[in-house]
Amino acid sequence: MPENDLAAQISVRNLTMAYGDFVVMRDLTFDIARGEVFVIMGGSGSGKSTLMRHMIGLLKPAAGRVYYDEVDFTEADEEQRNQMLRKFGVMFQGGALWSSMTLEENVAFPLVEFTELSKADIRETVALKLALVGLRGFEEFYPAQISGGMCKRASLARAMALDPEILFFDEPSAGLDPVSARRLDELILELRDSLGTTVVVVTHELASIFAIADRAIFLDATTRAMGGLGDPKSLRERTGNENLRLFLNRGMVGLQLSHDPATGAPFVAAPGRRKP
Amino acid sequence: MGKNSSPPADTGDALTITREGSVLCVRLRGPWTLSTGSRPHSAAVRVEMAQGGPLPSLMRFDLAGITEYDSALISFLLHCHDICLATKTAFDFESLPLGPRQLLRLATAVPHAEDVQPRVERQNLFARIGILAEIAVVGTVEIFEFLGDCTTAFWRFFMGRARFRWSDVWLEIQHCGADALPIVTLIAFLMGLILAYVGAVTLRPYGGLIFIANLVGLAMVREMGAMMTGVLMSGRTGASFAAELGTMKVSEEIAALRTMGLSPIEYLVLPRMIALFVMFPLLTLYANFVGMFGGMVVALSMGLSYSQYIHQITGAVDLTNFSVGIIKSFFFGLIVAATGCFRGMECGNSSAAVGLATTRAVVSGITCLVVADAIFAVIFNTLKM
Repeated sequence: MPENDLAAQISVRNLTMAYGDFVVMRDLTFDIARGEVFVIMGGSGSGKSTLMRHMIGLLKPAAGRVYYDEVDFTEADEEQRNQMLRKFGVMFQGGALWSSMTLEENVAFPLVEFTELSKADIRETVALKLALVGLRGFEEFYPAQISGGMCKRASLARAMALDPEILFFDEPSAGLDPVSARRLDELILELRDSLGTTVVVVTHELASIFAIADRAIFLDATTRAMGGLGDPKSLRERTGNENLRLFLNRGMVGLQLSHDPATGAPFVAAPGRRKP
Repeated sequence: MGKNSSPPADTGDALTITREGSVLCVRLRGPWTLSTGSRPHSAAVRVEMAQGGPLPSLMRFDLAGITEYDSALISFLLHCHDICLATKTAFDFESLPLGPRQLLRLATAVPHAEDVQPRVERQNLFARIGILAEIAVVGTVEIFEFLGDCTTAFWRFFMGRARFRWSDVWLEIQHCGADALPIVTLIAFLMGLILAYVGAVTLRPYGGLIFIANLVGLAMVREMGAMMTGVLMSGRTGASFAAELGTMKVSEEIAALRTMGLSPIEYLVLPRMIALFVMFPLLTLYANFVGMFGGMVVALSMGLSYSQYIHQITGAVDLTNFSVGIIKSFFFGLIVAATGCFRGMECGNSSAAVGLATTRAVVSGITCLVVADAIFAVIFNTLKM
């Protein structure tokens, strides 16, 4: 791969992901520019989270490479890799807060480990990060004492602790109520606008996708390859991929075609016992 | 039977199958619910299709006589639909009432998945042996990788470069040390008691009751102190390490550490290993004394005096014997911590996997302890210790 081809902040080249012999996705190639909100979308089981885990180095590609700022991340040695990892912030699906630490300790942890800040400075920074996600005052709580949605937000505060260049979100709005999900979307956009953070989001929430994505990649579970790449709004209008069109239209296209051409009515399961 | 019409194939009142030309009419009557006793089976339709004459071109239903229905009816219809698919007979959805029709549409909307198979298939004997061998090889490689990582982590620790939190070490020391004292006390005391009684049975006939002290002292100090502590720690601390790390893996807490460029081995495994390495010999030492005390209680109850017992035991147990147990206990501590942490770190991604990891931590912990103890027995025998 010629180096001049890798001008983007994140470049994925011919990435093939597999669990043993089972290939999840084949030959993914795409770029993510600095300051872009990039969505990885696809149906369940299509390998969205797996792709993210490859991009942050938790899984090793079966083939292909991931580059950050033209540096090969996949083949980097441990020291170099750790350096690169410190530019990332990752919010995991379930929050993944360390359960033996309070929220404050969780958010402070990367600051303590990677900065020379004084204790007072760290306290203030933690308070700011928790305030950004609406959790000010919950410093002394343990993850088990707060709700799942709050865990996710605290996890975002931890991911943002070091002002990372790239933020990864794994299903950020899953399990959140619509208002919180909306607030999270707005927060993502604000982070991008104010700090210039590049954001990579794994999601299948259409509302989120259309609200935040500059560009999106669609992972097609049936062909096990990329099913589309671009702005989701224009993809919805123009894509030639049937699965992607179904996905972006909530499957309504498919229901109307394959079910009842006469009435076009969606079918609803009738409850249990009733008279015909 | 006639070519174009046939007498109804009657399977009781609930199901009647007739032919009208090339149309197969299926008439259902009465209650069709799961709680209805003897409902006709869809096989009746299949039999009628196969034996009642030429294949019909259409299957039509008459459900007017149905009084109530639930899934029983729908599953019957679904099987009829399957039969139609297999014989390329048209299935008349329109002849069904609205409710069953919608449910059946829903059930048949996504075609039966043919090409999917669960990942695990039945294998023949050779394939299974091969797979087991592969698992064994991969497992062995993983163990050595883990041991290598631990060695590196310890090296960095001694060089002062390891990144971990001392507060974790103190916490673990409390968990596996101080918190374990009551159970260690109980078990060691009873162990001394039991050894003394066994000794008494053998020694009393020869008038050598005083040698109970030698037996209890030597057995506790050389073997039982370290071994019983090992078994206890394996079941208590090793299991808790495995469960804790396994759960952290399931909830992606370990992945979160990794993505910060931090080593889970240094942050999670190292503090636990250090804690147990330090506390295990102390617990063993404590167990030794408690065991001897247990033996003394029995000795006193059998008429020996306090000073006799102490004199006898200090004569029998010298520093060499003591060090045999203590040297072993350092290694036992590492073994219990390593097996517990290893099983936790290799845990799968489900709650069932955490249970399995815990079980394996205890089993492999105790197994390794006994094997190590046997090796030490040979070594100390050779060294004449």
